[in-house]
Amino acid sequence: MNRKETTLCVALLAAGLIAPVAFSAYTSQIAFLWVMVIFALTWDMLGGHAGYNSFGNVLFFGVGAYTCAVIQRDAGLSYFTALFLGLGAAGVMAAVTAVVFGLAILDLRGHYFAIATLGLGIAGGEIAAGWRYVGAGSGLVPPLYPGQLGDRGLFFSYLFLALAAAVFVLFRRLYRTQFGLALHAIRDNEDKAEAMGLHTTRYKVTGWSISAFFLGITGGGVGNLIGFIDPHDVAFAGSTYGVWMLLMAILGGKGTIWGPVLGAFVFHITQELFWTYLLGWQRVAMGVLIVLIVMFFPQGILGWARERWPQRFGATVEDRS
Amino acid sequence: MSALLEVDAVSKRFGGVVANNAVSITVGAGMIVGLIGPNGSGKTTLFNSIAGAHPIDNGSIRFEGHEISRLRTGAIARRGLLRTFQQTRIYGGMSCLENLYISVPQSGMGWLESLRRPPPEAHEDAEELLGFVGLRSKRRLPAGELSFGQQKLLELAMALMNRPRLLLLDEPTAGINPTLINGLIDRLRRINADLGVTLLVIEHNMRVIMNLAEHIYCLAHGEILASGEPDAVRADSRVLDAYLGAG
Amino acid sequence: MWSNLQILLQAPAFGVDLAVNGVLVGAVFALVAFGMALVWGVMNVINVAQGELVMLGGYVTWLVSRLGVNPFAGLPVSMAVLFVVGWLMYRIVVFRVVDRDMFISVLATFGLGILLAQLINQVFGSDLRTASPDLGTLLFMNGIVSVGVVKLAAFVLALLVGVLLWLFIKFSRLGQAIRATAQNPRAARILGVETDHVFAFTFALNAALCGAAGSLAVMAYTIHPYIGLPYTVRSFMIVVTAGVGNLPGVVVAGLGLGVAENFAGFLLGAQFQVAFVFLLMVLVLVVRSRLLRHQRKYLE
Repeated sequence: MNRKETTLCVALLAAGLIAPVAFSAYTSQIAFLWVMVIFALTWDMLGGHAGYNSFGNVLFFGVGAYTCAVIQRDAGLSYFTALFLGLGAAGVMAAVTAVVFGLAILDLRGHYFAIATLGLGIAGGEIAAGWRYVGAGSGLVPPLYPGQLGDRGLFFSYLFLALAAAVFVLFRRLYRTQFGLALHAIRDNEDKAEAMGLHTTRYKVTGWSISAFFLGITGGGVGNLIGFIDPHDVAFAGSTYGVWMLLMAILGGKGTIWGPVLGAFVFHITQELFWTYLLGWQRVAMGVLIVLIVMFFPQGILGWARERWPQRFGATVEDRS
Repeated sequence: MSALLEVDAVSKRFGGVVANNAVSITVGAGMIVGLIGPNGSGKTTLFNSIAGAHPIDNGSIRFEGHEISRLRTGAIARRGLLRTFQQTRIYGGMSCLENLYISVPQSGMGWLESLRRPPPEAHEDAEELLGFVGLRSKRRLPAGELSFGQQKLLELAMALMNRPRLLLLDEPTAGINPTLINGLIDRLRRINADLGVTLLVIEHNMRVIMNLAEHIYCLAHGEILASGEPDAVRADSRVLDAYLGAG
Repeated sequence: MWSNLQILLQAPAFGVDLAVNGVLVGAVFALVAFGMALVWGVMNVINVAQGELVMLGGYVTWLVSRLGVNPFAGLPVSMAVLFVVGWLMYRIVVFRVVDRDMFISVLATFGLGILLAQLINQVFGSDLRTASPDLGTLLFMNGIVSVGVVKLAAFVLALLVGVLLWLFIKFSRLGQAIRATAQNPRAARILGVETDHVFAFTFALNAALCGAAGSLAVMAYTIHPYIGLPYTVRSFMIVVTAGVGNLPGVVVAGLGLGVAENFAGFLLGAQFQVAFVFLLMVLVLVVRSRLLRHQRKYLE
């Protein structure tokens, strides 16, 4: 990591550690900021780096949310033991879901894959809404966080900070490995990749499972942070979380490591600031935003910055040697 | 000399059009074999059949003694049979070096190993190959920014990085600056002699293929018209007729 | 589910009821799918906002009926209004994504769909709406098979609109221009066809079709702001199954889907009907893709 990046990371880490204590009334919002970063980074692994845009990553989030809540409900353990067990199981269940569906639909190209994932994401919500074991339409309520009123927000601020940092560091490393190169090759020319003998399906499924794992854990955590899980508005919230995952990564600049982080920050902070003014029109505005980005700004903030100042934001120079 | 590739009475039809009709060719290990013929004679179709891009209707294709006509492109590539494309295919968004890193042989690539960075040997090989094709100074540039001719060379380097036993080259000199063609012929000879790569080459440039190949097949209207040493094929009246008659 | 299956086996008349009503609603699905296939075939765009256009058509007719007018009069009104909406959609957004990667058009129309659904939700609320002219019910087979007359009317009208459109495309000059553009845009352009104009008209025509379907839906069934996505998925599934150029296939697949959905709703429970539709779509894609893979091809 070069000096600029390291400084930025340290600064963000410091801010992430101090902010929940300094602004204790806003711990929920801060926690959600890191959730957004995870949303964007996990979407981008397949969306930006492999060129497989998914509309249904929220499926893994929902699977994780429900898995964690069910374990917390049925395991009969103390809060934190059950929580960590639940989070682990959530990640694993989500990853398994990704493997199962990935093997089925990752052979579909581009737009077909996107629409298939849309179907899966929504179907997940519909099934959860009708399944009595997980509370059907009423959803589930995880056990109450033990502690004072503000403690829950504080705890999850740090939990999600740690998770986001882990995702960032891990993904950054992965993108430099053969695996990362393979994803990029798939994005640039999948036919060539196959003709060169790359195990394209293996890499795509692996990528999706890694993303799903972290999304699952995030789902379990968010369920506890909010205090309840509802099939349509929390767990399989396709029209909010599901769309945001895509939007933030593209807004920030897909296919990079800082783009999704940037997009998450911009989107979340803007949303928090203007939420009270827009209220119900928020979702209408989101539709408008997607259309505007697709039409005028598909390269995202980082892509735009690279075009304008190529030297500063990751230039590729010709050697003199 | 053992036959590395045996194409045995292969036929391929697209709708009502017969692109290849009972085509048989043999490529011995270590040879350079040429495939010529007027446009539309079915050369690229034959390449596609061999490389597994589509299933064949009849016949058999054996590589190193194993039947490969039922395998998909990826599996065939992992056995050491690669092809290049007429409209070069490279990974435009990645640097030249990265294009080479990802072209290492995949047959032994385990799941765990793929989670590691390219090893130093890969880096050395990549730099050496880029030097071999004359692209060393461009190694950090995105491949998409190279000229067409440079991309062709990059594609060749990528193929070599994959250590193929047999390389199918689809018009390697097309679109190359004429002054650079001699250098390319020279490189192809070295690939064959020093690296031991067997070559099967589709070419339209007669000067190139007559100089390069030890054995030539001529295709016309989807069938093998002539087969033999370059001088014999060049003098064959049927071959001349096919070229003059076509178009 | 098993108890419901028992009912079907013991009293097949229930099955007839499901099948007949499935065919009736299937005609509406086929109409929407026809429009999607049109846009897909002519300009290579998958309109993910297709269902929202249907939804809008429904709300237009509902508003018309609220003014005291006979809802059937809302059918041409919906078509006209949606024609304009479709034209505007093309002129403002879609024309920019026509010649790019198909995913871009998916994303752009996806955004438009969200916009429309949430807009209607804001303006009219999420309550179910209907504008049903009370035409009574026909009963068959000891009263087990019941067919609402308005549903029968919707079926007939759907087929009528579809046939009219087909005739238009086959015999009118504009229809010929559309077909020429669909087959070979560059050649059509060289021969003097204004491709951009044809695209705009085709998209608007598709919107009008959706408007008709929505109008029929609010009369014979119910609507709310979020019926869009299921309609989009249904028409997508129908087009993928039948093939973009295969109109008879689209009709058959549409009717078949209506029947399948009805049976699924009965056997699995109404709350799982939408899930069934979405999962079926994924299944169709996977099966189609595997079949093509045997020929080493991909879904284009």
